[in-house]
Amino acid sequence: MNNYSTINLIFIFLGSLVLLFIVAPLLGMFLSTSYIDIVDTAKDVEVQNSIWLTLYTSFIATFTFAILAIPLAYILARNDFWAKRLVLGIIDLPIVIPHSAAGIAILGFITRDTVVGKTASHFGIDLVGHPIGISLAMAFVSIPYLLNAAKDGFVGVPDRLEKAALNLGASPIRVFFTISLPLAWRNILSGMILMFARGMSEFGAVVIVAYHPMITPVQIYERFGAFGLKYARPVAVIFIVVCLLFFIALRMLSNERRK
Amino acid sequence: MMLEVKDISKTYNGFCLQNIKFSVNKGDYFIILGESGAGKSIILEIIAGLVKPDKGHIILDSENITQQSIQKRQMGLVFQDYAVFPHKTVFQNIAYPLYSLIKEKKSFNLIKQYVIKQRRIKNEVIRLATEMSIEHLLYRYPNTLSGGELQRVALARTLALKPKCLLLDEPLSSLDVQLRDELRSLLRKINKNGQTIIHVTHEYKEAITLANKIGIINKGKIIQTGTTKEVFHNPKSKFVANFTGIKNFYNAQIISSNKILLENKVEIVSNNTTGNKGFVMLRAEDIIISLKRIESSLTNNLYGKIIEMIPSMKGVELIIDVKIKIAAIITSQSVDKLNIEEGKNVWLSFKATAINYIDGS
Repeated sequence: MNNYSTINLIFIFLGSLVLLFIVAPLLGMFLSTSYIDIVDTAKDVEVQNSIWLTLYTSFIATFTFAILAIPLAYILARNDFWAKRLVLGIIDLPIVIPHSAAGIAILGFITRDTVVGKTASHFGIDLVGHPIGISLAMAFVSIPYLLNAAKDGFVGVPDRLEKAALNLGASPIRVFFTISLPLAWRNILSGMILMFARGMSEFGAVVIVAYHPMITPVQIYERFGAFGLKYARPVAVIFIVVCLLFFIALRMLSNERRK
Repeated sequence: MMLEVKDISKTYNGFCLQNIKFSVNKGDYFIILGESGAGKSIILEIIAGLVKPDKGHIILDSENITQQSIQKRQMGLVFQDYAVFPHKTVFQNIAYPLYSLIKEKKSFNLIKQYVIKQRRIKNEVIRLATEMSIEHLLYRYPNTLSGGELQRVALARTLALKPKCLLLDEPLSSLDVQLRDELRSLLRKINKNGQTIIHVTHEYKEAITLANKIGIINKGKIIQTGTTKEVFHNPKSKFVANFTGIKNFYNAQIISSNKILLENKVEIVSNNTTGNKGFVMLRAEDIIISLKRIESSLTNNLYGKIIEMIPSMKGVELIIDVKIKIAAIITSQSVDKLNIEEGKNVWLSFKATAINYIDGS
């Protein structure tokens, strides 16, 4: 018992260091930024526009790719096939590759020389430097979070329940929408929250695809480069608060559904 | 309706079903009796269409439904663990099959069509819930229900499908004694209303109390089918006899017109012999135990040692070694009176007429 307590104390001490490592820089930034600077920055239209752009591009990325990713997650959860490991590896690829490299890859994919770029320009859209391009870059780096969470969610749905529903005369599509999807929804929602949050905070891939219009992480970097720490800090503080508010609100929504 | 399972074979997760065949008529209560892991549940899943057989056919009313999709078969399967949808209320669970089943006449007035359908679904759910005595639970979620209540919800939901055949996978196994009795009488009632039932279990008592036909399955093969009476009175093998609760079942060889040799070891007298070999069954209740040999009309008297004493509902079951093992049941009072204990030698006596000889030649 004594040994256990000692180990516990050591672990608590080590864990506290980690927590301090996360909290201290953030707290330091908050404390060293004056209230007046924050208010002035919040009134800045450029800042407001960039925060709004960041939020809605990440929203579009999350919801659009959710429609594509959820069926794939279901297939991966329910089927065993020879290339499954390969597909799972591909899904995790965006997590391991440097995000600036991901940005270069996306840029190569959406320039006017490519099929995607040509198709978009047909509709008068130049994806490079466009909110859709930003969404694509955000989706590329954040989609693994949604896919993996949704896959785990579907794995957790007993296939017996799906079989029971089929046995009760439901079509496979009705079984998916009335049994599998509602029962995996907790995980899917968590995955969407993570994807949204990860998309919002993306810098490396987005800065290559679209320096302008400027999402907030790029704006923070730009202000830091051009005017220094004092000028970049209030934008960072405001953006962190906005991210936290969204994160908490979405988590609460997810917990509400859980009940 | 006539359901025929014809020579079904299936290798599944290292387990093998071989040439399963039986038939069930409309209104039958057919029980497949076998040990755990004998392949009972897979047979139900094959009939329901959840598992495709490697070979063989399922014939329903002369139509081959082996390749038919699950949702078109109307074979209502109640899973062993009920598989009640946890995110739906009892009402929504029972209503689930009704949305596919109840078809309204196409009308331009979609709202009216929707309202009529909802009303019909509600009426049907209430009717089924009342039949299953769960009408007070309709707006509860499954995680607040007991095992017996969940079983009734699963039954009501499956009956809502109006199944051509109700398939029950060990429906009583996880219920306590009182709930088992209640559910047994409910199943009898459902069957009396004309519902054909196929029920798998490892409990022979369920077969006696519910079935009109049974099939015994062992190691992936159906080894005997027939009416309950046929199977229990004429078991075709030692496995069937043991499984149906008959402990004294022996290979028998006819020595003369009234003498039988059991397991090539013990000679007994019987007045009911034909052929040259077969099986002998002896009810444990028909054996009299005494400390001294009884001079009476009892023609069979064997001497042996008590090797095991097992308390049972009827008293105490004694396993006595007389070169072969014979089970006898006596009351607890007799145990005290005769000072019976393991290791003691006793006399076993039974009438020649107590011997049930089955000709196997």
